[in-house]
This record gives sequence, structure tokens and C-alpha cells, in this order.
Amino acid sequence: MITLEHYLFLGAIIFTLGVLGIFLNKKNLIIILMSIELILLSVNINFIAFSAYINDISGQIFAMLTLTVAAAEAAIGLAILVVFFRNLGSIEVNKINQLKG
Amino acid sequence: MILYSLTFYLFSSVAVLSALMVISAKNPVHSVLFLILSFVNASGLFVLLGAEFLAMILVVVYVGAVAVLFLFVVMMLDINFVKLREGFLQYLPFGALLGIVLVIELGILFLTDRSSNIYNNQTPLQPIVNEVENTKMIGQILYTEYFYLFQICGIILLVAMIGSITLTLRDKGGVKRQNIDSQNTVDASTAIEKKKVKIGEGI
Repeated sequence: MITLEHYLFLGAIIFTLGVLGIFLNKKNLIIILMSIELILLSVNINFIAFSAYINDISGQIFAMLTLTVAAAEAAIGLAILVVFFRNLGSIEVNKINQLKG
Repeated sequence: MILYSLTFYLFSSVAVLSALMVISAKNPVHSVLFLILSFVNASGLFVLLGAEFLAMILVVVYVGAVAVLFLFVVMMLDINFVKLREGFLQYLPFGALLGIVLVIELGILFLTDRSSNIYNNQTPLQPIVNEVENTKMIGQILYTEYFYLFQICGIILLVAMIGSITLTLRDKGGVKRQNIDSQNTVDASTAIEKKKVKIGEGI
């Protein structure tokens, strides 16, 4: 019998894998962006599981909002990545220090 | 019911395994392909939950647009990926510890918080049963109750589009662009030139 907890655990595991991806691939900006996509996917799974559980369609609307934001974020992130590669010839995250912050 | 459980475990295990491969694959192209697999399996789970419209949107938007965008960038840029993987094992113990702690904490949270109303009954998760289908239901609520949200989504996408275009646009030499000002200020004195052509000769 599949209950709400199964879906919440699945979301938790995928979220953790996304966070882990950011930790492990500290240098590769592309993998970090993909890990953020994984995190947003786990958020979507939670939204839709709760939407089915409390029998309310609103959760699916918010999942669509998350999807939109994720697509916009991927587009902007990849654009920044391309510009960064053009200027420095590398996508290593630890080389992003030109602002001296 | 047993088929539902089996399908859930199949889709979720493939989704988790491919998510694991996304962060551990050596080649970023493989990572992108595993990301696609993960998203397809998640959309299968959405179908199980009765969210057919979002499942299809996930496939169209993620697999069709975002993942292909990732693939374009990975293949377009000439990156030395071996050098980028240095230090992967160095962070592995700390990262694994953090991940295990995070999963255990989230699990404890789900399993112990039964005081709230939401968790009280242990009914199996079923799709929303209604005489109206999922897409129509979303449409009915999206264009009425959540109309401002919908418009904000459009504005977010517009801003993202303009932002990414202005970020990546660069002025290379030798590109002929249309200059609307100079086109509009043309009159007969600058546009027409009279020449005397001698008979039997060209210009």
C-alpha cells in the first residue's frame, strides 16, 4: 500500500541527492545546475503528492509555478555559464572570484 | 493495488538511481541523459498520482527544452572535464555524512509528526477522482483563481528570455545590422546620386 510517506521519502531522497551533487561536484558548474534541477523536481513530487492526498488541485498549480521558475533559472544559469566560459576559458567554480567578494 | 505498488517502486527506484548517476557520472553528457531518465520516471509517478497534465508538461518542458539546452551547452563548450572532477573523492566522506543525516532527519520528521491533521489517517494515496478530467480541472482553476500567478509566470519567462539573450549577445565585427534611424532619415538628396556616363563606357 502506497501512502503519502512513500512519496515524501522519495522526495527527501531526491532532494538529498541534489544537495549531495552540489557538495561533491564543487568545481563543475553544469553538474551544480543539474543538481538544482533535481532539487526542484523533488519539490514538485512533494507538491503533487500532497495535492493528491488532500484532494485539492491547487498543489498542481503551484507545481507548475515551480516548473516555470526552474526553466527560467536553467536558461539564465546556462547563459551566465556560457559568458563565463567565453571570458575565462573554464567553468571551474573556484575561479569565479573577479568580483573579489 | 499490488500493481500500483509495483509501479510506484519501479518508477521511484529508477528515478533515485538515475539521480544518483547524475551526480556521479564521469561524463557530463551521461549526466544529462540520466537527468532525462530521472525526469521521465518522475512524470510516470505524476501519472500514478493522477496529475496527467503536469506529467506531460514535465516531459515536454524538461526533456524537450531544459535537458536539450543542457546538452547543447555541454557539447558546445570545449571543457576539460577530467580536471573538473579533481577533489570529488576528497569531499565524498563529508558529503555522504551530510546526506545520510539529512535523509534521516527528514524521515524522522515524516514519521513522527502525526499530531497534525494531514497525517492522521493511513489511507492509500489515490488520484483525485472526479468526473472532470485533470487538464480541465487545472484550466478551470488556473484562469480564474490563480490568474495573477499565471501572468507572473509569463513575466518571469519573459524576463528570463530577455536576460539570457542580453547576456550572451556579443558584437562581433563584420556583422551588418539594420540601422533604423539612418533608414528613416534618408531623403532624395542623400539617396540619389547623379552620374554622367560617357557613351560607350561604363561607370
